[in-house]
Amino acid sequence: MPGPSAVHRLNPLTKAALAAASTALAILLGGIWGPALLVAVAVLLPAFLARIVWRLLRTALLLSLPIAISVLVVNLFFYPAGKQVLFALGPIRATAEGLGFALETLARIGAISGAITLFYLTTPPGELVLDLERRGVSPRVAFVALASVQTVPAMVERAVTITAAQRARGLDTEGSIWRRVRGVLPLAGPVLLGSIGEVEERSMALEARGFTRPGRRTLLWWPQDSDRQRLARWLLVLSVPLLIVARAAGWLEGLG
Amino acid sequence: MLTLESVTYRYAGAPRASLHEVSIELRDGEVVGLVGASESGKTTVCLVASGLAPRSVGGTLTGRLLLDGVDAAPLAMYQLAARVGIAFASPATQLSGVAGTVYEEVAFGPMNLGLPLPEVIERTDAALASLRIEALAARDPARLSGGQQQLVAIAGLLALRPAHLVLDEPTAQLDPAGTAMVAQALASLAGNGASILVAEQKTDLLAEICSRVVVLDAGGLALDGPALEVLADPRLEELGVAPPSPVRLDRAAHAAGLPAATQGQLAEALAG
Repeated sequence: MPGPSAVHRLNPLTKAALAAASTALAILLGGIWGPALLVAVAVLLPAFLARIVWRLLRTALLLSLPIAISVLVVNLFFYPAGKQVLFALGPIRATAEGLGFALETLARIGAISGAITLFYLTTPPGELVLDLERRGVSPRVAFVALASVQTVPAMVERAVTITAAQRARGLDTEGSIWRRVRGVLPLAGPVLLGSIGEVEERSMALEARGFTRPGRRTLLWWPQDSDRQRLARWLLVLSVPLLIVARAAGWLEGLG
Repeated sequence: MLTLESVTYRYAGAPRASLHEVSIELRDGEVVGLVGASESGKTTVCLVASGLAPRSVGGTLTGRLLLDGVDAAPLAMYQLAARVGIAFASPATQLSGVAGTVYEEVAFGPMNLGLPLPEVIERTDAALASLRIEALAARDPARLSGGQQQLVAIAGLLALRPAHLVLDEPTAQLDPAGTAMVAQALASLAGNGASILVAEQKTDLLAEICSRVVVLDAGGLALDGPALEVLADPRLEELGVAPPSPVRLDRAAHAAGLPAATQGQLAEALAG
């Protein structure tokens, strides 16, 4: 099932290595310019090639906004070493040092959420699981991983159906917050109990289809891999200890 | 041949047995219908015949499940999977939930059995073609209608090519066209020597595809005989089973003082 772009078609492990290395590098590089460069090269450029820049920005923003706001507020106003006051809100003072630290942290958060979002938007979970299974991961482990991901939309769909059914029977799920909270309780039971009830029949159906057979399954297809991608993965993995050494040796002092 | 020999089965924690001394024999190439009122034990018979009870369901079983004359008790469920297939009434729970396309879903069983890839593909193509759902191959199974999902689930079962099939209300969510396709596929499988047990409320369908019908009542066998005889038996309604429409029509005509159909005419109408 080839993806729509070259980035989509990369082996899932290559994209996972890129996301993991970007996360580690964002933490190690520090400052603003290191993570910013990382965002440009390892997040925005691939996102541009995959034609998902806007989706990526929107998703990454949604993903990181709550933590970004708290990081900005806490550091801007409560940075312990803050001396240079920018402005004051009553007894609380915003400091330049706090703002600088908050921006550095935000750059890291941006790089990390961007890298994770790029992986998420370009890698169907099934592809990753198939690739892992091909590399020897147990089919059961792979199944549990994938089924867990797939369960979420199924439960959402079930919740929508049950909500519609309960509303048709007069349940009020709109209006004030208290009314909404009261409306959730009669929905949670059927959603959870229904899902638990399905598990037994589904597990029987899986057994009847030979899922518990020991040994490896036949795979219909698996994501392509290449020597270039293997080399790229090794370089990405090696970049992390190299950067740790560089940081420990003080070679990155100029960055940020 | 699939045989249930004096089977008594009690679910774990249940105060009494759900099946009592039930004996059913399915010969090769035979399609046997299983009918009965609610809670008469139809689904339990299906679970025992497929080997899922007590292996997966738990509970206690006395009596034996024989496959081609050999006791199936020592076989693990994955070993049974290649020999006895089962389909349930609810399509959503029969799908693996991890396949991105209908093709992968139908291929799931043969893949689990570790068959060579060309054989997996050949079986999947044949199963899709037998139910004429090739056009769905690239679709996401989760986005299909209930009836389409049921056809996909049955195709997944057919791809396993079991010698014995157990179907628990396989057409519950199907429209007449889907039901007819399933009937054709079952007839074709039986023609190839498979023995098939179909628990079904649609007695018209059973009249069309079954050579024998078994009626359950409160966990025991009430009637067992040639399909056309059992489905026309006056006791059927007392046992909570609606007779096929030609039988009901004939009785209504008789009650209205119109001439009743002869046995030959009724048999012809029941056979479709």
